[in-house]
Amino acid sequence: MSGTLNYAYYPGCSGTGTSMEYDMSTRAVCSVLGIKLSDVPDWSCCGSTPAHTVDHTLSSALSARNLSLVEDMGMETTITPCPSCLTNLKTSGKRMEKEDFREKVNKLLDKPYNGTVATKSVLQILVEDLGVEAIREKVVKPLEGLKVAAYYGCIMNRPPEVMEFDDPEHPMSMDNIMEALGADVVPFPLKVECCGASFGIPRKDLVMKLSGKLLDAAEDIGAQAIVTACPLCQMNLDLRQGQINMATGSHHKIPVFYYTQLMGLALGLTEKEVGMGKLCVSPKAVLKAIGRKEKTSAK
Amino acid sequence: METVNITTSCDQQFVDLVEEESGQTLNLCYQCGNCTAGCPYSFAYDIPVSQIMRLLQLGQKETVLKSKSIWLCATCESCTTRCPNNIDVAHIMDVLRHIARREGYASVKTVKSFWDSFLDSVEKHGRAFEMGLLVNYILRTGRVWTDLDLGPKILPKGKLHFNPNDVQGKEEIAKIFERFKEGSGK
Repeated sequence: MSGTLNYAYYPGCSGTGTSMEYDMSTRAVCSVLGIKLSDVPDWSCCGSTPAHTVDHTLSSALSARNLSLVEDMGMETTITPCPSCLTNLKTSGKRMEKEDFREKVNKLLDKPYNGTVATKSVLQILVEDLGVEAIREKVVKPLEGLKVAAYYGCIMNRPPEVMEFDDPEHPMSMDNIMEALGADVVPFPLKVECCGASFGIPRKDLVMKLSGKLLDAAEDIGAQAIVTACPLCQMNLDLRQGQINMATGSHHKIPVFYYTQLMGLALGLTEKEVGMGKLCVSPKAVLKAIGRKEKTSAK
Repeated sequence: METVNITTSCDQQFVDLVEEESGQTLNLCYQCGNCTAGCPYSFAYDIPVSQIMRLLQLGQKETVLKSKSIWLCATCESCTTRCPNNIDVAHIMDVLRHIARREGYASVKTVKSFWDSFLDSVEKHGRAFEMGLLVNYILRTGRVWTDLDLGPKILPKGKLHFNPNDVQGKEEIAKIFERFKEGSGK
């Protein structure tokens, strides 16, 4: 890879709140890897799921305000860690390629969006623009002996016509990054199954069942930890793990990391720098075990 | 089981409206059931998604708009991704919610209230204010016990803010909502 990787960065609302460790670790990892992030100034909410369930013009306008800000920055590509922001920004961009729809959306905006910005996930630029080998070269603390299940959630790669990244049924980008970091990646059969999404508050029963199934499957397959790329998936699996145990009679105690947190550790950042203390299910025991397995098996 | 007399109850206008708003051709669905097989929410639906597609073909407006399923779809895109005829089924489910809202159907009130609380927050602050939207949701639904047990888990982590982080240009976002409401006659 030649030249500097330079992107407009859209953190998304949860990045300033319930997924702040994702935002922290993403920024820290990009900095170590020499990827320059420029925050979209005064970015606003993409509307998430609620907006597109009300109206597509409204939903696209909320995203397009941000894309228009990226145009003002004079940048061509914006990246976001959050799959929900990603899908909204991308869908808005795609739909606005049609002139009549673009006109309808621009009528809702103070300043029109001209359609020049590409949106990608942080995960996508890590594997496509930087490359897994460049990540491998920078590993200073391999995650040896750590068995992880990579969980992508439902919309990072779907629908493929919109997301245009990795495989919609069997994505491998996060598996490949974890493998490059030295982790032992287990083949996780539910990697694109839905966790229950934003139904945690209005229909908790759905999240208990769907996220419970994910935790069961990860444990059955011998994973010591789950890595995810989605704030909502992380919240359902980590913050709600106790609720799931109560609801389903299970006894899970499996840490759920953002993939950028584990990347940070392997690249030499401290646990504090990647926000390990922000996780609800304590990752202490799992993190301590990294690198040990090899030593004991060498006896 | 409810039986449907299609000769008397087919609402062709409704079929046309769904096709127009979604840009999808409903008759392409040949009922293979792939969407239902992959839908993670089938267990919770009152009408499986493939049957929603069939009822749409038959113009069964009331049955479709009354169904809980359209509010329990999380737009996970399994159906759209796996449809052998490239029907964007998730897009159709979205459009059904739009029409249901316009016509006053909300079969799963808690879900609609949550989505409305979220958008209130965006309209007011320019961003989703997580604590505020939870309080708004509780006020709307009276469900005061919602996630009380999570408080002790998340509050010490310093991730849930008590004050909104307003966007400087928040009036621009409020105007987006205003123009939208004016334009749609709401």
